[in-house]
Amino acid sequence: MRYLPNSPADRAAMLEATGHQSVEELFRQIPAELKLQGRLNLPRPLSEPEILDFFRQAAKQSSRDYVSLLGAGAYSHYRPVAIDALLSRGEFFTAYTPYQAEIAQGTLQAMFEFQTLITQLAGMEVANASLYDGSTATTEAVLMALRISRRDRVVVARTVHPEYRQVLQTYVRHQGVEVIEIAYSPSGQLDRAQLEAALKQDTAAVVVQSPNFFGSLEPVREIAEIAHKNSALLVVTIAEPLSLGIVQPPSDADIVCGEAQSFGVPVAFGGPYVGFLASREKFVRQMPGRLIGQAQDTEGRRGFVLTLATREQHIRREKATSNICTNQSLCALAATIYLCLLGKRGLKALAEQNLAKAHYAARQLRAVPGTATPFVAPHFNEFVVRTPGDAEELLAALRNEKLIGGLNLGRFYPELANHLLVCVTEIVSKEAIDRMVEVYRRFAAATNSSGSAAEFHSASMGRNL
Amino acid sequence: MYPQELLYTKEHEWIRVDESIGTIGITDHAQKELGDIVFVELPRVGDQVTANESFGTVESVKAVSEIYSPITGEVTAINPRLQSTPELLNADPHGDAWLIRVRLTDRREIESLMTADDYEAYIKEKKGE
Amino acid sequence: MENRIRYARPHVTRNEDLIFERTSPGKSGVELPPLDVPVVPAEESLGREFFRPDIKGFPEVSELDVIRHFTRLSTWNYGVDTGLYPLGSCTMKYNPRVNEVVARLEGLATDHPYTPESLAQGCLRILHETARCLAEITGMDAVSLQPAAGAQGELTGILMIRACLAERGNPRQYILVPDSAHGTNPASVTISGYEVRNIKSNAQGCIDLAELDRALTDEVAGLMLTNPNTLGVFEVQIREIADLVHARGGLVYMDGANMNALVGIARPADFGVDVMHLNLHKTFTTPHGGGGPGSGPVAVKKFLEPFLPTPTVENAADGGYRLNFDRPKTIGRVRSFYGNFGMAVRALAYILANGYEGLRQTTEDAVLNANYVRKRLEDVFDLPYDAPSMHECVFSDKRQAARGVRTMDIAKRLIDYGFHPYTTAFPLIVSGALMIEPTESASKTELDEFVEALRSVAQEIEEDPQFVLKAPYTTRITRLDEATAARKPILRWKPA
Repeated sequence: MRYLPNSPADRAAMLEATGHQSVEELFRQIPAELKLQGRLNLPRPLSEPEILDFFRQAAKQSSRDYVSLLGAGAYSHYRPVAIDALLSRGEFFTAYTPYQAEIAQGTLQAMFEFQTLITQLAGMEVANASLYDGSTATTEAVLMALRISRRDRVVVARTVHPEYRQVLQTYVRHQGVEVIEIAYSPSGQLDRAQLEAALKQDTAAVVVQSPNFFGSLEPVREIAEIAHKNSALLVVTIAEPLSLGIVQPPSDADIVCGEAQSFGVPVAFGGPYVGFLASREKFVRQMPGRLIGQAQDTEGRRGFVLTLATREQHIRREKATSNICTNQSLCALAATIYLCLLGKRGLKALAEQNLAKAHYAARQLRAVPGTATPFVAPHFNEFVVRTPGDAEELLAALRNEKLIGGLNLGRFYPELANHLLVCVTEIVSKEAIDRMVEVYRRFAAATNSSGSAAEFHSASMGRNL
Repeated sequence: MYPQELLYTKEHEWIRVDESIGTIGITDHAQKELGDIVFVELPRVGDQVTANESFGTVESVKAVSEIYSPITGEVTAINPRLQSTPELLNADPHGDAWLIRVRLTDRREIESLMTADDYEAYIKEKKGE
Repeated sequence: MENRIRYARPHVTRNEDLIFERTSPGKSGVELPPLDVPVVPAEESLGREFFRPDIKGFPEVSELDVIRHFTRLSTWNYGVDTGLYPLGSCTMKYNPRVNEVVARLEGLATDHPYTPESLAQGCLRILHETARCLAEITGMDAVSLQPAAGAQGELTGILMIRACLAERGNPRQYILVPDSAHGTNPASVTISGYEVRNIKSNAQGCIDLAELDRALTDEVAGLMLTNPNTLGVFEVQIREIADLVHARGGLVYMDGANMNALVGIARPADFGVDVMHLNLHKTFTTPHGGGGPGSGPVAVKKFLEPFLPTPTVENAADGGYRLNFDRPKTIGRVRSFYGNFGMAVRALAYILANGYEGLRQTTEDAVLNANYVRKRLEDVFDLPYDAPSMHECVFSDKRQAARGVRTMDIAKRLIDYGFHPYTTAFPLIVSGALMIEPTESASKTELDEFVEALRSVAQEIEEDPQFVLKAPYTTRITRLDEATAARKPILRWKPA
């Protein structure tokens, strides 16, 4: 087996040194009846070209020839090639957790830079060295808020990613925590009146997402005021942090968390991704996950080291702030490299391109009869479209044009059947957007030939932009 | 070696009783075991502590230790210096680095505690194990 | 050497700045294609309250700056690619390059998780096949790849135990955890709403049947164990242990961190394990990445299958694959989407490269290597438990401690010999542990070099312990003042 570095002669020599006659003797302590009888039913061993072929075949059965307008917590952005060039260095990707600081300064310094970049983007004072993904980062933020406030009730906006809310439920179900969901208003943002009412009872935290699942920006300042005047903490989770290139960070929040996959981490059918969590210095000892701190060596040189480890599972065990053992180090490194490459001006320019593309698409779609963008709140690169007819049929028509038109919101919000969540990033060309709009137009015409004339008339009147 | 005027617990805390107030800290043995102390978590003034129950923690870089109260009562004071200078616990565990002061409610609770000589013998025995 | 440089700073390969300190306004490392749609003025579109004019302190560097900065940083790391990495229970084995190539294929790296199933058959096939192979290897009936890491796998497993027992009428209150367990075990238990009850290991470092018997009340939901345990020793009474737990109505969870000792030799399902997790980043070569990402799939017996996280990946009627969200008894989701798909790709590539024969040979080599190291060091270091070692061996620093030198000091001196240290001070049941897991990714030559190095350090300790206490001497930085770092944490760069 080509990955194994020993020859039969090496094995024989080592076996002899251990005083055993055969390799079987090394497993003698396992009772015979517990040993594997026969073989494992696995495919025969493949050579390297055969492995490549296997996966290339799988890769053919994919959407790689399609243009995707999917967002919803995973964003397709361009990844500069320098990222993989650097990530592929064995010193980075084959290293372990940096427990031995003297021989892990590469990882430690890069993670310190990651922490810094996150605090700068999020408008917070400290950030950890990453968590698994946006859903668990949001959950960890809630657990942190529960610990800080010592209350057991949380209020969550329904416009937070449905899967984030599902993960939160799984984690808090057996911890005596009550989770209340708050509806959204016609603007597509959190219903503040409902929030005020819900906070009449002692609450640990309010959780909102911005841009929210519909792509709309939430008025964080106002929400923070409501939360704080009721002594609740505010957690803001951000699934598309590229928005922070041109959108004000939620500095009024107490904990800012979310998903940093947009920053140079492949969409890769859902993972691995990289969650982030940032907060104020006064809460640092309640933060979960790894923290890298600056330190001095015996000669006074600056170095970096894992610190405040006593919060973590390997020391606190059952009293740990979390059971998390890993951070997503390599993904966090990808994000760090990506953000350094883009830099201040590049991030802003890229965010502006996303804004322009999405707004162009939204404008063009609104002009199609029977189509609307019902949520009027400001949005970044995602928005909701009410389709001119059955959404699934429209999506099928789009697929015929090699377009994946978006996410059918009816899947998560039954009241939003026939609404699509459409995401347009910088990699979607004007040609593709125009092609999509054309499909909508043909679809609308075909559908409206059976629709009412008055409805058609008013729809086309209102869209004269 | 260990101050005679203090009484000691099996969990390596000490207590000095002045009339109705007990001043509580951790022993030199405890701070040695922990190493460089980096953080101390204490209750608030006015909180209740209970004999043989944990009232806080002492952290070094690699370890956390619960601190157990020898007596039951209300916390009347906490040491203001430990927040900014936790290393004081390594330097002067029996004096300046006291942790909390508690008003006694039941003097019988201190009757079972060890004297300095008993405590020294106790640690010697533990080392031998 | 450095002392002789007087009038300027040493070159950056010795003293790299933070990227923020090498910033120069106006630089950027990326050029975007021209915008093909009308510009939208951000302030106007978003409104003044949302518009962000600037990101304070954000770096401005060129592509060359980025390449040099991170290349230099990488040279200060030690990886599996560099040499032997004998961390116990971490299984630092070779990360095959072909895994990295296939994970980056267009169509696999680029597909969105919400891609319609008809267009995602390739990715679904990979998830399905990986799960099937892992089930085969463990002997279990069903696998979920959703948990993002071992610790999440543990949480998932305990939650399933809870759901199953709740359905039977009483979820119960406690989970038994051996005192030799990894810290994630008790932490995961607490999140699941159970209380931890520790059980002491016996004189062989294994679970004591009598202790277990005493501890197994009818409020104990289960036992969480690692096999082989964290000493690298096989729990020879595992069948009796499992039978006892089952007899009292409890379930058995196995932490699969040490599967590198068992793959192709024995299957946990045959021991009586009901649910377990695997660490793809240990046994199945997905790279550690400097601390993640990992992947912690769970494998269960049939009766626990209904409780798996949702969705599951199943065969579709037309011969393809589908996602099944209709899972009424699921414990819910533990992560968004389907887990760390990219890690499943790599693990599958590894399994396909090996087949049964390769996996078995790998396990045999791993166990042989560990036993070889043990044999060659047992006259120099104290061996606290003499039970047979599997894929790792655990010494203690007892002899060296008599000279004032502890396991961490020995580890630091080992760095000067060019090796990454073993695991220090774990498991907790051994005082001053040296936990060594060479894995199969170590040639006899390397093992001999490693053994010679440790023997040399032991000799140094006899002759001059003070010298060893101040190690390492050959690294870019010496020991860091961790106490001050913890007392006054500096967790981010700030402009002067």
